[in-house]
Amino acid sequence: MHELSIAMSIVEMAQEEAELRGNVHIQAVHLRLGLLSGVVKDALLSSYEMACETTVLEGSRLIIDEIPVEIYCSKCRTQRPVHSIQYFCCAECGTPSAKVTRGKELEVFALEIGE
Amino acid sequence: MNPEPRMVEVRKNILKQNDVIARALRERFRNDEILAVSLVSSPGSGKTTLLERTLTLLRPRYRVAALVGDLATEHDSQRLARSGAPVKQITTGTLCHLEANMIQKALDGWDVGKLDFLFVENVGNLVCPSSYDLGEDLRLVLLSVTEGEDKPLKYPTIFNSADVAVVTKTDLAAAVDFDEQTLDRNIQAVRPGIQILKLSAKTGKGMREFLDYLQKLRQPRSQAASAV
Repeated sequence: MHELSIAMSIVEMAQEEAELRGNVHIQAVHLRLGLLSGVVKDALLSSYEMACETTVLEGSRLIIDEIPVEIYCSKCRTQRPVHSIQYFCCAECGTPSAKVTRGKELEVFALEIGE
Repeated sequence: MNPEPRMVEVRKNILKQNDVIARALRERFRNDEILAVSLVSSPGSGKTTLLERTLTLLRPRYRVAALVGDLATEHDSQRLARSGAPVKQITTGTLCHLEANMIQKALDGWDVGKLDFLFVENVGNLVCPSSYDLGEDLRLVLLSVTEGEDKPLKYPTIFNSADVAVVTKTDLAAAVDFDEQTLDRNIQAVRPGIQILKLSAKTGKGMREFLDYLQKLRQPRSQAASAV
């Protein structure tokens, strides 16, 4: 369970951004979460609520955009979705690949700011 | 009345701080010609036993040291210290994994002199350590034959993040009806092309191949260095 420390980092980052913009009120934080990030969505959502308590982020929402895993397929010569997270091969042609090009994201993408 | 909220794009990586420190560590290991090897696995897969044996066997020929992460006790570092190699404990408290700044802090002010190999034993956990780059050159994921052949499918993220899979406790394989082919297939499914090494740190079987593998990775650097 490292979701709480991740949630606290998100809150900290959002607080800094709010201050930078003249202490604006943040209504929501949009997060990009790769399926290979090692972070569990549900655990992060409940941790986020806890991490927000007694901060200026209290009452804000965490909106998670889950990013699927993509690999570089040497046969198709392009980025392709994986067959599944248990089977790292091209969803189109079945060629195995360990070159992950997408799906490790753990990124605060945007903030929703209210007045 | 609440006016429509406006969206501002931020695009900030949450683990940026960790990644920056990890990059600095990797650079430092490269400059100092140290091969940094981390070990991850479930609790009880045999990280400490493998590491104790590895330190003991490498020590006559190489300068080796180990950092070991543990939640509360110092048992592991005491066991590793029996090898005679310098060992430092990182007690993580309630934290279930190591982060790059802990490695940096442990190395700063630790006078171990010049090293050839630095081993980093992570906290026993197959989930959280996968998110954190420690600046290591090589990440070993360990799995004992008693844990079940489907473990890689249950924890694909950590297996995918590893460079080498080490199957441990092979001396117990017959007792647990270990299915080698199924395990190999499952490991390859979540991390195609990964090197799989099998050994028993207890009987020593497979240890030579394991050590050869590590030494080969270490070699090109020394050759490159002496060629300059």
